[in-house]
Amino acid sequence: MTPVWLFLAQRLTALILAPLVIAHLAMILIVADGGLTAAEILARTRGSVGWGLFYGTFVLAAAIHGPIGLRNVIQEHTPWRGRSLDAAMLLLGGLLATLGGRAVVAVVGEP
Amino acid sequence: MPQRANQTVLDVVTWIQRHAEPALAYRFACRVGVCGSCAMTVNGRPRWTCRTHVSRVARERRLRIEPLRNLPRLKDLAVDMTPFFEKWQRAQGRFTPTRTRAEPMAAVRPDSAPRRAADAGIECINCGVCHAACDVVGWDPDYLGPAALNRAWTLVNDVRDGDRHGVLKAASAGGGCHSCHTHGSCVEHCPVGINPTAGIAGLKRQSLLDLVGGGLP
Repeated sequence: MTPVWLFLAQRLTALILAPLVIAHLAMILIVADGGLTAAEILARTRGSVGWGLFYGTFVLAAAIHGPIGLRNVIQEHTPWRGRSLDAAMLLLGGLLATLGGRAVVAVVGEP
Repeated sequence: MPQRANQTVLDVVTWIQRHAEPALAYRFACRVGVCGSCAMTVNGRPRWTCRTHVSRVARERRLRIEPLRNLPRLKDLAVDMTPFFEKWQRAQGRFTPTRTRAEPMAAVRPDSAPRRAADAGIECINCGVCHAACDVVGWDPDYLGPAALNRAWTLVNDVRDGDRHGVLKAASAGGGCHSCHTHGSCVEHCPVGINPTAGIAGLKRQSLLDLVGGGLP
């Protein structure tokens, strides 16, 4: 993947992440303030296509955005370059998507 | 050393070499801000020393003069400019002609948008001040730097150039325009008032347009 594609992917995922992060943080504050229990939260999220899409998109965008940024930081501050770095970042993206995906399934999926 | 009216930092360095330290190595040629060879770090900032008045930069009558940052030091105040110019070549910062000398000169409207964009960056004197001022150049040895990318931007906008796609490709490859953090140190320090950050932003934009098919003609 060329640097132009990576640049574009990182900007696009940033555009997606910005409102999702704000909504996610706002939700945490509201939920914590409102004193909702885990069971009450799960009752709202289980089987919900909307929440599935919301957090599914969130996880996917973060899994793409994070490794690209980390790759830039590593290239700027260490001599690590080339295929091994690209492979490590792909692995990290896969790991983020897997762990995040599991969390989404746990919150949205029916028991 | 004697203080004189309108004394420049280059005057100071020259006085030191002539009167105090004959072995001092430094570089200069024109002394009037045209050749771009006398850049040094003066009190922590990269500057063209021939056009920098001592009265403007001395702090409590003290000057600390060092070689340019981000380039290997050869001796004393002279740095090796080879990596700087190698990056110009890597960014394809050279004109590719499309006509021979037997053909008439190309007619380019001075007020056309591409020509104006090229004109905005064309007066670079290759002094290396922006290269020394750039944090990203300091971090990432692969980064082409503001001067090489500014040169690439002038060529991308030069309708006479025969390989504008090649220039854009070279300038947006690894270590190219997309590595710029838009800190603006190059703009802040450029002695001739060029805005390389704007040119680099133009390269980013143009490379994205090229990607989606709306790029260079």
